Amino acid sequence: MLRDINLAIPRGAVVGIMGQSGCGKTTLLRVIMGALRPSAGEARVLGHATGSLDHDGLYAMRRKMGMLFQFGALFTDMSVYENVAFPLREHTGLPEDLLNDLVMMKLHAVGLRGAAHLRPTELSGGMARRVALARSIALDPQLILYDEPFTGLDPISFGVISRLIRDLNDSLGATSIIVTHDVQEALGVVDYVYFMAAGKVIAEGTPDEIRASGEPFVRQFVNGSSEGPVPFHYPAPGYEADLELAAS
Amino acid sequence: MRVADLRARVERLGSGVTSHVHRLGFASRFLAYLVIHSGTALRRFRLTIAEIYFAGVLSLVIILVSGLFVGMVLALQGYETLQRFGASESLGVLVALSLVRELGPVVAGLLFASRAGSAITAEIGLMKATEQLSAMEMMAVDPIARVVAPRFWGGVISMPLLAGLFSAMGIFGGYLVGVQLIGVDAGAFWSQMQAAVDVRNDIWNGVIKSLVFGVAVSWIAVYEGYDAPPTAEGVSRATTRTVVTSSLAILFLDFILTALMFTGGNHQ
Repeated sequence: MLRDINLAIPRGAVVGIMGQSGCGKTTLLRVIMGALRPSAGEARVLGHATGSLDHDGLYAMRRKMGMLFQFGALFTDMSVYENVAFPLREHTGLPEDLLNDLVMMKLHAVGLRGAAHLRPTELSGGMARRVALARSIALDPQLILYDEPFTGLDPISFGVISRLIRDLNDSLGATSIIVTHDVQEALGVVDYVYFMAAGKVIAEGTPDEIRASGEPFVRQFVNGSSEGPVPFHYPAPGYEADLELAAS
Repeated sequence: MRVADLRARVERLGSGVTSHVHRLGFASRFLAYLVIHSGTALRRFRLTIAEIYFAGVLSLVIILVSGLFVGMVLALQGYETLQRFGASESLGVLVALSLVRELGPVVAGLLFASRAGSAITAEIGLMKATEQLSAMEMMAVDPIARVVAPRFWGGVISMPLLAGLFSAMGIFGGYLVGVQLIGVDAGAFWSQMQAAVDVRNDIWNGVIKSLVFGVAVSWIAVYEGYDAPPTAEGVSRATTRTVVTSSLAILFLDFILTALMFTGGNHQ
C-alpha cells in the first residue's frame, strides 16, 4: 500500500500529511501509531522502531503520544470530565483533588471548563473535538497525531481548532502530525507539508512552496479543480457501450 | 454442467465449514487472551460490579416476572397430571425439581441472552464503530482488559444469581397457585420438597449449569461485539447472532450437561 515513503518530522514542528482520500495517509498514521507493522523499512517514533516493539513496548511508547480521532471518539458512557480524566486515571495513581485540577486545566486550555458536566451527546461537533483534544493532551504527550481534524467543522470551530493545534504544540513543546485533505485550512497551520498520492510522497515543502508548486497534482489539489492528473471520471468502459449505442 | 454445479456446491459447503472453524479458533484465542488479561477487571473490581449492575440488576424484572409465571403454569399443569395418580401432594417436588434442574438455568439463560447478551454485543460493537476502542488503544489502555473483560465477568457472575432467583420466584409462583389457589396442603407441599430436593444432585448441578451458560452467553456476546464490522448493519447482525447462537448453545449444552449429570447412576 505504501511504497518508497521517506519522511522526517523534526521535533517541535507541526507537519501536515496531505493527499486525496485513499492515498495512504491513514495507513501511514497507523504505521506511526504502531497499529500496523511495515513489511519493509522502519518507522522510528520517539526513538523507537515501532515495528520491532512488543505489546508492552508499544503501549509504553503510546503513553508519550496523543491522538485526535476524526470525530473525537469520546466515550459516550462518560461525562466530558470523566473522558478527560480517563487517561490520568488509567496511567497515574494521582489523588482525586490533584486529578481534578489537571482535568480542569486541560479543559480550560480548550475553553470548555464550563462543559465538564455535559455528556458527549450534548456537544456540537467542534466542542466534541475540543474535548477529545483535551483528552489526548491529558498526559502531556511529546507527539500529537491528528486524523482529519477539520472535517465537518463550521468556520468558527475550524478557526478554534487550528489555533489550538498551533498553541498546544508550542506550549507543550510537542510535535504534531496532521493528516488531512482540507488543504487550504491546513496550510495556514503547518510548518511543513508532505503530499501523498497512491502510496508515495510526491511533493514536500513549506506552505508557501506548496502554494507556488508547479507539480500538476499539487496544483489541482490546492486549487480544488476537477481538471488535472486526477480524472473526474472513475475508470469505466466506453460511454457508448454502456448506453448500448455501439450496436445501432 | 451437472458436475460443475455439484462441485460448486461442495466448494461452498467446504468454505462454509472452514470459515466456521476459523471463527471458532479466533473466538477461542480471544477467550484465552481475555482470561489472561482479566487482571484489571479483578483488581479494580468496581469495573466488574458496574457490569454486574448492567447485566444482572437491570435484568431482574424480566427474570423475576418470568420466573413467577413459569412457576404458576408449572403448578397448574403439574397438578392436573399428578392428581390423576392421587399424588397431588408431590406438587412441591415437581415444581422445585423442574425449576432447579432444568427450567431455572435454561429459561433464565435464554432470557439473559436476549436481554443482557444482546445489549453487551451492541455496546461493544458501537464502541468499536465509533472508534472508542481504537482511541483507548491509542491511550495505551488495552480495550480487551478495560472494556471486554469486566463485561465478560459481570455476565458470568450474574447468570447463576439470576437463575437462582428465577427458580426461587418460580417456586413461590408454584406455591401461590398450588397451595393458595388450588388448595394443596401447605405442609405436604413444603416438606416433600425439602425431603426430595438434594443439594448436590439437584441444586448444585443447577448452579453448575447456569454457570456454564453464563460463560457461554457472555463469551458469545463479547466476541460478537468485538468482531462486529464497524457499521450499523454489522452491529445489528452481530446482535442478532448473539441471541441466536447463545440460545442454541444453551440448549445444546443443557443436553450435554444433563446427560453427564443425571445418568451417572448416582441419582437417588
